[in-house]
Amino acid sequence: MQTTTAPAAADATPLLEARNVSKYFGAVVAIEGVSLTVRAGQINCLLGDNGAGKSTLIKMLSGVHAPDDGTLAVDGQPVRFSAPRDALDAGIATVYQDLSVMPLMSISRNFFLGNEPTKGFTPFKRFDSDTAARIAREEMKNIGIEVRDTDQLVGTLSGGERQTLAIARAEYFGARVLILDEPTSALGVKESAIVLRHAISARNKGLGVIFITHNVQHALPIGDSFTILTRGRSGGTFKRGELNADELHRLMGGGSELEELQADLEILAKREALGEGTPTVPIGEANPGDVFNETESL
Amino acid sequence: MAMTQTSGAASPAPPSDRLRRTSLASRLLGRPSAGALLITVFVWIVFAILSTIAGSGVFYSLDGTLSYLDVAAQVGIVGTAVALLMIGGEFDLSIGSLIGFAGIVIGICVTTYGLPVWAGILISLVLTTILGVINGFIVVRTGLPSFIVTLATLFIIRGATQALTAQITQITYIPIAPEKIAADPIAGFFNWSIGNFKVSILWWILLAAIGVYILGRTKFGNWITGVGGSPSAARNLGVPVNRVKIMLFAGTAFSAAILAAVQSMTFFSADVLRGQGYELRAITTAVIGGCLLTGGYGSVAGAAIGALALGMAQIGIVFANINADWYLVALGTLLLVAVVLNNWIRRRFAGLR
Repeated sequence: MQTTTAPAAADATPLLEARNVSKYFGAVVAIEGVSLTVRAGQINCLLGDNGAGKSTLIKMLSGVHAPDDGTLAVDGQPVRFSAPRDALDAGIATVYQDLSVMPLMSISRNFFLGNEPTKGFTPFKRFDSDTAARIAREEMKNIGIEVRDTDQLVGTLSGGERQTLAIARAEYFGARVLILDEPTSALGVKESAIVLRHAISARNKGLGVIFITHNVQHALPIGDSFTILTRGRSGGTFKRGELNADELHRLMGGGSELEELQADLEILAKREALGEGTPTVPIGEANPGDVFNETESL
Repeated sequence: MAMTQTSGAASPAPPSDRLRRTSLASRLLGRPSAGALLITVFVWIVFAILSTIAGSGVFYSLDGTLSYLDVAAQVGIVGTAVALLMIGGEFDLSIGSLIGFAGIVIGICVTTYGLPVWAGILISLVLTTILGVINGFIVVRTGLPSFIVTLATLFIIRGATQALTAQITQITYIPIAPEKIAADPIAGFFNWSIGNFKVSILWWILLAAIGVYILGRTKFGNWITGVGGSPSAARNLGVPVNRVKIMLFAGTAFSAAILAAVQSMTFFSADVLRGQGYELRAITTAVIGGCLLTGGYGSVAGAAIGALALGMAQIGIVFANINADWYLVALGTLLLVAVVLNNWIRRRFAGLR
């Protein structure tokens, strides 16, 4: 693994680029005219609400779908991926939220699935389980997880550890671009922090990272740039420091709803403090009052 | 969206202090075949006792043992490939009809077309394996559940075998001349025996050994488990998912043809109805052996042991002087107990969340 210090200049050729890509599913516009760039040693956060088209964009970058319009470029050269394998060979590794590891396979077998080390000669080539176990243990240790027994099933690991395994695997097999698809959405606070740390350490090793999330609090502390998707279209790309959390939320299209919710919650808290009891009138337009009644009666 | 306040990049990764050392016993129980082994030992004890009560004790004599081994071998020969297929996340319900088809191909080749027995066996192996490839091809191309696809091919293959056999030979049962079989250079591989020790037992052990080796020691074995665990994740990691599945279907068909060769060489005949019910019995052995219906987990050794339990139950009932009609009751009970036990073991000892 070449983990040289690669403090990539911001104007270097992007490792991976999507130029005005579009994808349609029948009459549905999944993605239209979206551009995205990731450079070595940078984290680009792709933000968008559910249904904004994040997954479709990622599937194009990782070779699952081909774009209907626009081009992808690796190192500035236009490419066409016809299968995930093509993207992998170009050094683009994608870690999906829940689809990247097999819970019922051991750690070392998961680590090497699709890239198994073998020993012996052709008709009797066999899976080199010792090498697999040794490397998997080392790599997991490098990334901060001590594994006693690599024969342990991945199903015994926590969600964060599973994401970590997938990230360690991608790095080991020479990924230059790491696409993390909602890696923290199913995780608790501590677990999320672990995954975010790994995203940063991957960046520090000189990888380009695309971090997909709808969680502004996870994106802000680690992102070098932020690309926003709303309803299949680009809401712009911003550098670190150009936007704060509220502005990001607003751009994602959820800002006004969140403000309304916050206002409602404040009213509710005040009434509680005054001992006025259960409010019986609907508060705010977006939130029917009976929802609050129900939770309060608990 | 409930826990977004405190996350940050700066908090340190907690050390892994959540692993505890486990005893050898619990690690052994963590293997997928552990349940099958326990069940089989239990079945043996039950029928040894019943057989003693019945006054014969034949069950645990050499002859008794060899006779249930032969029954176990018959289902075990197809059980290995079925287990691999199930670990790969698919079913093959057409196995029974493939056994019938493969036997009839041998019968027709030898009797109607006058080919030597070895040629008949070879042609049968090739044609049957091709049918397996077609099964797999339909499954991966249509994306339909293999349960449905192979249910359809079960009917089609059985029906076509019956119709074509009737048309070509005017009978549904084809006797093969014993002297022709005795003179054949390779027929002996399928009907050799010493006393009650039949060559079928060796086929069962050989195929199980190959299956264990493939699943546990080869790259392809790793792909099988991966494909069964999650086809999309395996595909994203570069595993040729469709090729793996088609090869597994070819494997079940091939083993069906091996069993058909053993049966037709042993009984000196072929019958269109042969193999009926084998698809469900093979799945039963695989499930007793710890294979999950959802794929991605299981054991070939467990399936071989499961076949042993099946054979013991079938023969044991006879030796215990119980009406053989109770066999299916015993089989169903065995299956239920095994699944419950396997589930419990998996939760308790494999440490899954």
